Amino acid sequence: MSAAVNEAAHSAAHTPAGGPRPSRRPSHKGQDEAFLVVDDLSVQFPTEDGLVKAVQNVSYSLPLGRTLAIVGESGSGKSVSSMAIMGLHDPKRTIITGSISLGGEQIVGRSQDDMRKIRGQVASIIFQDPQSSLHPYFTVGWQLREAYREHHQVSKSVAHTRAIEMLDRVGIPHPKRRADQYPFEFSGGMRQRAMIAMALINDPQLIIADEPTTALDVTVQAQILDLLNDLQAEFGSAIIMITHDLAVVAEVADDVMVMYGGRAVEHGTAEQVLVRPNHPYTWGLLQSIPAVSSEQAELYPIKGNPPSLLSLPPGCSFAPRCPYVDRVPDGKCRTDLPELISRSAGDHGLSRCHLSNPDAIFAAEVEPRIA
Amino acid sequence: MLVYILRRLASAISVVLVTIVISFGLFFVAPSDPAGMLCGVKCTPARVAEIEKSLGLDKPTSEQFALYMKGLVVGRTYESGGVTRECPAPCLGFSFKNDQPVLGTLIARLPVNLSLVFGAALIFLITGVTVGSLAAKRPGTTGDRALVGTTLLMSSVPYYIIAILVFLYLVIQVPILPRPAYVSPFQNPGAWIAGMITPWLVLGIYSSTSYARYSRGSMIESLSEDYVRTARAKGLSDRRVTFVHALRAAITPVMTIFGLDVAGLLVSSIFTEKIFGLQGLGITALQSLTNYDLPLIMGTVIVGAVVLVIMNFIVDVLYSVLDPRVRLV
Repeated sequence: MSAAVNEAAHSAAHTPAGGPRPSRRPSHKGQDEAFLVVDDLSVQFPTEDGLVKAVQNVSYSLPLGRTLAIVGESGSGKSVSSMAIMGLHDPKRTIITGSISLGGEQIVGRSQDDMRKIRGQVASIIFQDPQSSLHPYFTVGWQLREAYREHHQVSKSVAHTRAIEMLDRVGIPHPKRRADQYPFEFSGGMRQRAMIAMALINDPQLIIADEPTTALDVTVQAQILDLLNDLQAEFGSAIIMITHDLAVVAEVADDVMVMYGGRAVEHGTAEQVLVRPNHPYTWGLLQSIPAVSSEQAELYPIKGNPPSLLSLPPGCSFAPRCPYVDRVPDGKCRTDLPELISRSAGDHGLSRCHLSNPDAIFAAEVEPRIA
Repeated sequence: MLVYILRRLASAISVVLVTIVISFGLFFVAPSDPAGMLCGVKCTPARVAEIEKSLGLDKPTSEQFALYMKGLVVGRTYESGGVTRECPAPCLGFSFKNDQPVLGTLIARLPVNLSLVFGAALIFLITGVTVGSLAAKRPGTTGDRALVGTTLLMSSVPYYIIAILVFLYLVIQVPILPRPAYVSPFQNPGAWIAGMITPWLVLGIYSSTSYARYSRGSMIESLSEDYVRTARAKGLSDRRVTFVHALRAAITPVMTIFGLDVAGLLVSSIFTEKIFGLQGLGITALQSLTNYDLPLIMGTVIVGAVVLVIMNFIVDVLYSVLDPRVRLV
């Protein structure tokens, strides 16, 4: 099983654009060989005001068929790290260090021409706002055809058939007619479906969904998440779900990485992170979800603002906002950066926090507040 | 679409009608003495009265206007000194100075402006948009700064100064460029190009700097759009992302300015015509003013309005082609 996936990943990575690829069986969610391995990735932007450390020392791996949710607020580095996988940062204005291996191939430092073959073919991205992410002046069918023909040497009509097939697959009614319409003639949910169809048209192994439901109605959100789950089961792709919405995480994620100030602060399986979190920032996120059903009237927002990526505090980035900072002796939180390691016995993920007894604090003080 | 065209046609006609009324009002109702001007030095009151009669100036204003409008639709005849002159419909009046119907004079001059605009517009649109787009891709680089600097320099020197300098130095003193002259392209295409190339280059390159500036701004905006990022994420080449995806959106506002510029140049490019000695509509308008040739002045005003209205219509239709979200209703 593992060997089969491995082979598929390798052959896909070595097959030139346009060539046929061996079909992938949906893999069981589990301990397969990782398709994507991100190791010690840092992304920095030199600006006039100084070096913006957008992502620092992030590592994770993701096998085919599995979904990793990257959670964090704006500026936490969740999108920036994923854009690096697509090679979408301007090389002249970005310093990327560390390694990203996609199907066994190293991505960091590759030329734009090399990256073009990967983009849309091996890895695709679904953007947040389909309203602005689809080109307003071209028909939906035209945009899908273009995505397909970029990586397949086929005629326009073959590509058009493929586009209609994909529109049908993502649940757009009357795909034939819809293909000739412009994005503005689509509703928000239909537009995001079209966006997904375009991202999946080349059958990529990795799908990066950058807040795919943020711009949509709640009812439509659920449909889109279901669709992504279905498509993953069918095509067996790996998915990175970038979101700030823990409800989305609970719905789709196998693994969760919580990011704060450009660093991973907690990383584990969905259950580990959502049910037995060890980091006060994750606690804060869980507490700040308003509950509709319970009698709880109070909200527990995380006080303060996210740190500036230009001048991060020397110790833990979350220390200035952390309510538990005084429970760590010697003010260590403000001076020493905690490492991302396993902190307590039992089934917990990795966390980046100096607290010696996060379990007890969570059970006694945080859990009661979570709806 | 048909409803749109009909509606636009109705509004176009009303604009032209208002222009006619206003220009009629200004030139015929305002105190002036066109007959006396026409009459010349050896003038007698009897001769003035005769001219006034032949121009219809002795009739009440409302009747003159009715006659003018009637002439537009069915044509008109003028009598002067026992000689009858035909002015076929649409009659914009009869110029006794030129002894020719106004429309005939204008139509004879129009090809000069059409030729001038055709070549110059081609140059300034293509070079302007290309240079602007390339600069937009690398804002802040040396090339980009050079472009912005040149545009600034160019736009702070008046056009006629540059045109005169080119004419004096590159046509007369060091004859690198051919001497401008208008020859019909249907008679001799080679001579047409040779005669027009100097004004084309001067007008085209001068105007291209401002087009480079428009398209640069427009492109910088569209290059930062989300759909351009999408195009890049699809794996498209840099050239395709820039010149298909980004330019497609950036060109729309440029087209609006382009349409109006072309309309303006068609009706009058006085400096170019005067400096390069081309007998176009701008020169005609200028001459009609110095000659006090009232029918011709009115005619140029009306033709100008018509051209502007037509170009506006073309721009609107083009807009709906370029931007599918614009519905023509």
